[in-house]
Amino acid sequence: MRAQSAAGSDGFVAPDVSDFWQPLFGTDGPFAVTRASVVLVLSVVGICWLLLAATRKLSLVPGRTQLVTESVYGLVRNSVARDVIGSKDFLRFVPLLFSMFILILVNNLFGVVPPIQFPTMSRVAMPAALTLVVFVLYHYLGIRKRGVVGYFKSLMPPGIGIGLGLLIYPLELITYFFTRPVTLALRLFGNMFAGHLLLLLFITGGEYLVFEAGGAGMMVAGGVSWFMAFVMTVFEILVEFLQAYIFTLLAALYLAGAVADEH
Amino acid sequence: MEGNIAILGYGLSAIGPGIGVGLVFAAYINGVARQPEAKGTLQTIAFLGFALTEALAIFGLALAFVFR
Repeated sequence: MRAQSAAGSDGFVAPDVSDFWQPLFGTDGPFAVTRASVVLVLSVVGICWLLLAATRKLSLVPGRTQLVTESVYGLVRNSVARDVIGSKDFLRFVPLLFSMFILILVNNLFGVVPPIQFPTMSRVAMPAALTLVVFVLYHYLGIRKRGVVGYFKSLMPPGIGIGLGLLIYPLELITYFFTRPVTLALRLFGNMFAGHLLLLLFITGGEYLVFEAGGAGMMVAGGVSWFMAFVMTVFEILVEFLQAYIFTLLAALYLAGAVADEH
Repeated sequence: MEGNIAILGYGLSAIGPGIGVGLVFAAYINGVARQPEAKGTLQTIAFLGFALTEALAIFGLALAFVFR
């Protein structure tokens, strides 16, 4: 937004973090209703409508919408939940994992759908909230299964001596309580943020080169920049699918680690 | 020329994970090529290794925008 308006006056201003802070209603403070929250509400309404409409009239020979819905559900149920958690008690985690997958997927894809074009997860609070659910849940499940003392004992990898254990155990604690939640949230955030920033850079940069810079060479360069924006958009769609999948897969892995019998 | 040195830090922090992610998926492809029926198990391990390796690059990206 700012990059486009400032481009005319004194040279090109590259897009930065402030372009992602877009309050729509209310004040500019912490309680502002931003574009990200509007997109999030829109996505929840859209998902509810889509899933209710797709499962209203179920038939043995599926139609097109039912087929798509069932294959997305099948991906999460079979190749994420069942393969990772194990066929014994994966079914109770499927609703959570499927909700997470489809919420992240739709919100990510909104990053390239023309009238919306804002990936919700490029505001770090959104993936952080999703990660908090996973973080609390896997510690809760682990503690309920083994008790508080037993849970902290089970974080120690088996089969190493006491000397090496003193070195390894703090690292394990850092992994479980810091690295896992932080990377889970920041991976999704970072990919969405960086990808959208790159698109913004190519598009506003191309616009500056074509309309403001002047000269035929600059206009060719601007065209190349716009073509790169197109290529990166296609790449973004791939990344958006992949990040939704990876987030769900890692959430399933962490939950599986908490409910597994052997460490 | 103006800029922020923290972005260079991100570039440096991406070198190691770049090599590491390459190694993880090279091993995954090797494993699947040798034993296609182990794909399901290997995929999980590969993505876990990928996630752990990628963490440093993600920290780098976050810190590049924190210290500006």
